[in-house]
Amino acid sequence: MPSLSHVIEVFFDTYDIFLKGMLLTLQVTAVSILIAIFIGLFFAFLKISGVRVLEWIANAYIYLVRGTPLIVQIFIFYFGMTNLNISAFWSVALGLAFHNGAYIAEIFRGTIQSIDKGQMEAGRSLGMSRVLTMRRIILPQAFRRALPPLGNQFIIGLKDSSLAAFIGMYELFNVATTKGANDFDNMTYLLIVAVYYLFLVYLISALVGLLEKKLSVSD
Amino acid sequence: MDGRDMINVKKLNKSFGDLHVLKDVDITVKESDVVCLIGASGSGKSTLLRCLNFLEIKDNGQIIVEGEEINAESHDLNEVRQKIGMVFQHFNLFPHKNVIENIIEAPVHVKGISRSQAIKEARELLGKVGLADKEKVYPSKLSGGQKQRVAIARALAMKPDIMLFDEPTSALDPELVGEVLATMKELAEEGMTMVVVTHEMGFAREVADWVVYMHGGRIVEVGHPEEIFENPVEERTREFLSKTF
Repeated sequence: MPSLSHVIEVFFDTYDIFLKGMLLTLQVTAVSILIAIFIGLFFAFLKISGVRVLEWIANAYIYLVRGTPLIVQIFIFYFGMTNLNISAFWSVALGLAFHNGAYIAEIFRGTIQSIDKGQMEAGRSLGMSRVLTMRRIILPQAFRRALPPLGNQFIIGLKDSSLAAFIGMYELFNVATTKGANDFDNMTYLLIVAVYYLFLVYLISALVGLLEKKLSVSD
Repeated sequence: MDGRDMINVKKLNKSFGDLHVLKDVDITVKESDVVCLIGASGSGKSTLLRCLNFLEIKDNGQIIVEGEEINAESHDLNEVRQKIGMVFQHFNLFPHKNVIENIIEAPVHVKGISRSQAIKEARELLGKVGLADKEKVYPSKLSGGQKQRVAIARALAMKPDIMLFDEPTSALDPELVGEVLATMKELAEEGMTMVVVTHEMGFAREVADWVVYMHGGRIVEVGHPEEIFENPVEERTREFLSKTF
């Protein structure tokens, strides 16, 4: 094991390159999660649509994502997309979005269905349409309930973005392994990159916690 | 009591799977009538009420609202429901919205009236139900009786012609029942047409113009409260009432 003072020294010597990697990690995570939320909502609606074909499509999608390793999905997106002239960044972002979308779909489906059916009835009894009641009454409540598991999924998404290293994207994990190999000092760089990830996970938890608190005024 | 017909129900039938819940139900509600539906659990009274604003869709028979027969297939039910307010046993307030937001939600987003106008009207309604000081409070901070009074105000905000009440006091602690019944009584005195599913025989006796006793999905007996409570014609009504009092 490297000594603590050595790790700290290297940490401060290399922060500029790690910060660049961190920025890329954050970007690819943020973009993929944003897309995944829309994908998730879309498939959650398919699943609760009551239309058998649509439910089947959603189930097939979720089954595919759950049934194959993320690294395989990212490689398929990467090699599939190179023909379309799409950058490594976007193939990773879309691969991660495709992957997280399935889990987020299940989160939204669960929380939408957990809202008391009296809420829909109350909306309808006031003359609100099904869509309007969904948008104004059900979804805000479902989204609030979804926040803790969504936060979890964001954290998983962040950590999974390290797989982008395998298609050569120079994000956090790639920075660490490259530097470690060059300096014959793998352990030091792995410990350092772990600290960066811990910080990012803390950041996400704090942000989600803040949002939860803000939305809890009605409790 | 000889106002125009607000609701006519003719030969209404409704089943849930194999369970035949409403059997050839006929009922007429005239303007400003207060009709109380009484009967044991499972007698079909709540289902009948829910058919009246199409939360349940009838299997066959006719539902005529203010002279027009309404069918789920040919009518915009969202429009029909605006004329028929409903109050639920479990209040069903929107928990993520405060009291005033609950009340203005439908007027603003369904009727499209301005927010300021909706708030003005909502405040009047809150005053009427005795909750003028609660407009910024969230439902979780209200007692059951207060929640139900907000729910009544929310339904009234759409200016309905008819109000349906589905066991409005059944989920309340006993000491809170009175305030809700008082609000309903006031509404009845103002001439609101009301159909009330209730176990509160005192309310039915005092406020109802007509009491309808249901059993096994059928209407067994209809009469003025004094007739039903003092001198029921049907044996089954007598039996039910003797168990209730």
